[in-house]
Amino acid sequence: MAELQVHVAEPQAHAGEPLLRSNLLTRRFGGLTAVHNVSLAFEVGEVHAVIGTNGAGKSTLINMLSGEMPASSGSIHFDGHDITDWSQPRRALAGIGRSYQRTTIFPAFSVLENCRLCAQAALPRAWAVWQSAQRCEASLAVAREALASAGLADDAARVAGTLSHGGKRQLEIAMCLATRPRVLLLDEPLAGMGAEETERMLALLAALKRQHAVLLVEHDMDAVFRIAERITVMVNGEVIASDAPAAIRSNRQVQLAYLGEGH
Amino acid sequence: MKPWIVPVLAAVALAALPAVLTPYTQDLVVKIAVFAVFALSLELLVGTTGLVSLGHAAFFGIGAYVTVMATGDRGAASALWLLPAAMAAAALYAAFVGALSLRTTGVYFIMVTLAFAQMAYFVFHDTKLGGGSDGIFLYSKPVIELGGTVLLDLDRKPHLYYAVLAALVFTYALLALIRRSRFGHALAGIRVNEQRMRAAGFRTYGYKLAAFVIAGALAGLAGFLLAVKDGAVNPELLSWHESGAVLLMIILGGIGSLRGAVIGAVAFTLLKELYQSEALLGTLASHWQLTLGLTIIAFVALLPKGLIGLKARLWGSAHG
Amino acid sequence: MDFATFLVQCLNAVQYGLLLFLVASGLTLIFGIMGVINLAHGSFYMIGAYMAFVLAPYFGDWYLTKLVAGVLLAAVFGYLLEWAFFSFLYQREHLQQVLMTYALILVFEELRSMLVGNDVHGVQPPSWLAGGFKLGELMSYPWYRVFASVACIVLALALYGVVNRTRLGMMIRAGASNRDMVRGLGIDIQRLYRIVFAGGVALAALAGMIAAPLSSVYPGMGGSVLIICFVVVVIGGIGSITGALVASLLVGFVDTFGKVFFAEYSGIGVYLLMAVILVWRPEGLMKRSF
Repeated sequence: MAELQVHVAEPQAHAGEPLLRSNLLTRRFGGLTAVHNVSLAFEVGEVHAVIGTNGAGKSTLINMLSGEMPASSGSIHFDGHDITDWSQPRRALAGIGRSYQRTTIFPAFSVLENCRLCAQAALPRAWAVWQSAQRCEASLAVAREALASAGLADDAARVAGTLSHGGKRQLEIAMCLATRPRVLLLDEPLAGMGAEETERMLALLAALKRQHAVLLVEHDMDAVFRIAERITVMVNGEVIASDAPAAIRSNRQVQLAYLGEGH
Repeated sequence: MKPWIVPVLAAVALAALPAVLTPYTQDLVVKIAVFAVFALSLELLVGTTGLVSLGHAAFFGIGAYVTVMATGDRGAASALWLLPAAMAAAALYAAFVGALSLRTTGVYFIMVTLAFAQMAYFVFHDTKLGGGSDGIFLYSKPVIELGGTVLLDLDRKPHLYYAVLAALVFTYALLALIRRSRFGHALAGIRVNEQRMRAAGFRTYGYKLAAFVIAGALAGLAGFLLAVKDGAVNPELLSWHESGAVLLMIILGGIGSLRGAVIGAVAFTLLKELYQSEALLGTLASHWQLTLGLTIIAFVALLPKGLIGLKARLWGSAHG
Repeated sequence: MDFATFLVQCLNAVQYGLLLFLVASGLTLIFGIMGVINLAHGSFYMIGAYMAFVLAPYFGDWYLTKLVAGVLLAAVFGYLLEWAFFSFLYQREHLQQVLMTYALILVFEELRSMLVGNDVHGVQPPSWLAGGFKLGELMSYPWYRVFASVACIVLALALYGVVNRTRLGMMIRAGASNRDMVRGLGIDIQRLYRIVFAGGVALAALAGMIAAPLSSVYPGMGGSVLIICFVVVVIGGIGSITGALVASLLVGFVDTFGKVFFAEYSGIGVYLLMAVILVWRPEGLMKRSF
């Protein structure tokens, strides 16, 4: 496995000032309220984990933050801007990146091309058809950087579909990094991973959080308690607790609602 | 072997062909080449971007009709403005149809594109605008004149042959360029997973609309060539049978490659000629829709990857 | 336009809309439940109409019997067609479905051509439905059109009843929203699909039979009704029967009154309506509901 390298990005907002925050975010589907009055903040330098049982509203929350789903009410602010009405591509270009729970790589393309394509989104003059994509130095450089960060530099030429499951999850993160995000919305990146792959991913997250604000939705409790600076617990679409891991662990409500149940 | 060698050789061979062909066969080659341009234009939409349009004939027909109507009875028009005009008209309608239909996806998109093509069909079939169901004649074929000398007279067979060949080469080269460009790679990504592309920051609606309009303009080019070749246009050029036929061409050849589109156009045209040939099939020739229909069913069922897929299966090599 | 004429046009619009609804409901059900886009659906309408023509001499005035016979034939035909052909399409991508069903149209058209020829035929309504009743001083409204509308309303109610009040209907609705779950529940999906398909074919053929005396029987009728049905389904939303009803009536009115006011250009009215809906509500008027 290649050395983890994380390149120093541009100066970020002061640590402590939330880069991304939601205010009373709510989403209704007809009669069902999937997410209710969720107000959370995500700051550079920390992994903010969101946990909860299935149906707690975590996916809906990520979808609203990334822009895939409009909110029924409430607002979202990013770097001082109100982005509640922004489309997903606009948010992505502004610096909100996400990875998906179900792997969404492009299996027929090479690993490098997967990242290069994502990096290309930010480049201007998309209509310049006389330039070959394979020789686009700008996107290639960013892609190689992202692959190196994710530990996939050696696999650049492989066809993405031939990667192991863990490799595909790494590529999923790499593709997210290729868009040079400032916020990482990670939806169950550890899903289906073995012990060794999980260690690698956690090391990667620990390195990434230095320059990014990270939202981590996860089911693997051990991993969450190891890596997160802040943990939010959601039940039935509402936040019942949001605190440092130690406080969460000893929170009676959380124990009753979540941790106690068949864990 | 470099990917451009075979197409270049084919182009050179086609250029040399008139020397050895009978007039009938030359005509057939021109017809196939025109449909190859048409098929290539749809390939950009279906094969590269993954947008299954069942209304592509509308742009083909509009290109053809504008060619004839803009020429009128004022003598031979200059191809220098007539061709761009035909393509622009097709592109304009493509912009309108694309802007609306791209608000839908999947099956809806298929149905909406079909419906908008039918709308255009109605205009030319039922209203006075298009000369009705009989169509209209092209009284004078376009020319290119510079300072009194006629450089290109599309009324002359050799000129038409090389003009159509040039158009085919141009279309093929343009699409090859697009496919290897950043724009083309983005289209390919949209085809595989549009949601992922949006998450990366691509405004996918704009990309799809651009592909739709370019495809429409190129279909207009094919329409211009057909109008010039046949000297007449009729509303059936915009019918859904025509849209179905061009879709068949690209699946016949193999979706996802430019060569597939050209091979498909060749195969389909020859197949239709064969099935309609009384000399070869006797009375069965009048029922060519039946034989063609059954052939398509068998083909799609057995060879979903088209003729290009067949070659790969037989020789075990990955091409396309 | 005086009131009698206006009333006649309204009645025509409703009657045309209801007939469209019969065809469109089959199309939207088949797509909503089996996920198959079927271009040949218009051909079933055409087959129904030609059946009405071919069977007319044998049934004479026994019109309702003829309709029942036709529906049964169509249902059997649909059942067999699903078994022999359509069941292979479910797993395929839309493009292949489009091409296979397009090829099916060619086959049907040619078979019809070989069996019955390409002429345009008229079909007479039965003598007990001939003539009309007076509306105002100058107009008379044909009894047959009233019959057509009433028949369609009865069928629509029956369809609504089956879908919302029977076990079969429950399985259909379940299948429309979650195919895999229905399979998981152990319901014989194959037979369900076959019944739904046969039902769709029967509805379309019945619509064709009812329409035969009104619009005459001609080769291209399958194609025209198909595309209008696509517009109906786009406007109403795929899988929604209520949507199909609302959209069909809307299309009926736009088309009928379009012909009155815009003559030549009326043909494009329906498509402009679709364009407006696409701008306003791309997912259709009713979101997936029954």
